[in-house]
Amino acid sequence: MADGARRGLDLDLWSYRILLGLLGMLALVIMVGPVLIVLAISFTADSSMRFPPSGFSLRWYEALFDPVRSSQIHRAAINTVQVGLWATAIGTLLALLAALALARARGVAARSADTLFVTPLMLPQISFAVAALVFFSMIGFEAAKPAIVIGHVVVCVPLVYKTISASLSQLDPALIESSASLGASRLRTFRRITLPIILPGIGAGAFLLFMASKDNVAVSLFLSDARTNMLPIRMWQMLEGTLDVRVAAVSGVLILATLVLMLAMERFVRISDRLR
Amino acid sequence: MAARVTMPEGRFMLAFPMLLFFGAFFVAPLLLLVAVSFFDDPDITVPGLSQYTGFLSDAFNWRVLGQTLLLGVKVVACTTLLAYPIALLFLAAGPRLRRVLLMLILVPLLTSVVVRTFAWIVLLSREGVVNSLLLSLGIVGAPVQLLHTELGLIIALMQIELPLMLLPLVSVMARLDPNVVAASQALGAGSWRTLVRVILPLSLPGYAAGVLLVFASSTAAFVSQSVIGGGRLIYMPLFVYQQATTLYNWPFAAAISVILVLAISLVAFGINHLGRSARGNIHG
Repeated sequence: MADGARRGLDLDLWSYRILLGLLGMLALVIMVGPVLIVLAISFTADSSMRFPPSGFSLRWYEALFDPVRSSQIHRAAINTVQVGLWATAIGTLLALLAALALARARGVAARSADTLFVTPLMLPQISFAVAALVFFSMIGFEAAKPAIVIGHVVVCVPLVYKTISASLSQLDPALIESSASLGASRLRTFRRITLPIILPGIGAGAFLLFMASKDNVAVSLFLSDARTNMLPIRMWQMLEGTLDVRVAAVSGVLILATLVLMLAMERFVRISDRLR
Repeated sequence: MAARVTMPEGRFMLAFPMLLFFGAFFVAPLLLLVAVSFFDDPDITVPGLSQYTGFLSDAFNWRVLGQTLLLGVKVVACTTLLAYPIALLFLAAGPRLRRVLLMLILVPLLTSVVVRTFAWIVLLSREGVVNSLLLSLGIVGAPVQLLHTELGLIIALMQIELPLMLLPLVSVMARLDPNVVAASQALGAGSWRTLVRVILPLSLPGYAAGVLLVFASSTAAFVSQSVIGGGRLIYMPLFVYQQATTLYNWPFAAAISVILVLAISLVAFGINHLGRSARGNIHG
């Protein structure tokens, strides 16, 4: 009897482990594989996008970095970085102040504000994009780039707000109280105690905001004009057209930059701990 | 003592810039959107309900709305099949492997949606990886058309939305008390029984959050819908875009946007409700 039960248990355990292992591996391959395949294709020697490529070359990167032939892509990339940096600076500052104000606040007003600040995450971005387009047109706000920055701040700021709030909620209030009871002013307590502790959270949130801004399609699409093309929109146009292989090279640059930034952020602020 | 009374108010002032910003650039545009949707003509002069009655009385619009919501449901179902094995792997893993898994989830999450969509154009083409895999496994005799079909779109979105399902699911797994699993096994429940009776119910709050994110994101996934779905499949976001930017019919675009928000909120509310009653069942 005991022997039979034991064998049953082993079968149960091993069938679970093997099936879970296989399915998990398969799912991981499906999740990460496409990104690696794009990276491989960007080094193709062919003039069409086939996988696997027939040979290795840097010809599409050369075409991409050619200042004359790819000037439109370069301009779009510069716009994207500029907008991303502005949105990150403004969004991080606003979110930091708001998170400091609302951390541990329990009132109805505070909870409502807290909910409001993360609402853009749940709203279909396209609806907000139409709203922003109508709004900016009706108030006569013509400048495309500042409008895109504002739009990006709205849709991306919940990421940094949530990250900073999470690090504030882990801050031990006893530290603040002892600092105050030892006679430190509130500004001094903030600078010497709170800020150093939540700094990694601020860094991680700012990073996530920048990454979300550089990938934004909906808001950029509605608010950009002919002169302010953004990189994801430009790439989309290249995909809809004649499948320009330079798309693979742009993607390759983006993927490599993302990997490098991600590993750096993991090293300095443990980004993997802050996603939850 | 006096400091204690004034401190919370003084601190609350710090939220003012963000409140002002959200009021001016988030709440005001959305209110304006709702207001504009209640006008009958593209010049926004005659107030009326004709945009809504017009939308609701045309079968084509209902089909687009239904197709969009159904797409979200199908993508959620497929994403679930990939997300749970990874989340369970995460649950079984030690701290170092957990970090590696989180980094692997981050790679696609931080890679532009346009790049991931582009990957699927290559993968789903006639000579693409998916077709050669199906051919070599003998599942199909000749290459099948996947690009510009709903099936192809669902396959692509399944991967594109996967990280959004995984983040909340993995965070629930990280907080799951290992003693609960150990207790279940010590009491004689096997691994499968523990999975079905203990782990899955406890993961439901995270799963519900993931379902919401994936549903909202896949119904609004414009680039994938238009590039992989092709011109014949029309979903709500593209519909809104056409009305707003090529036809300049703002009131109609506004009305469709409002309907999209309402439809998604309704589904979100339903999921939240289900999630809450499921949680109630575990503890009660």
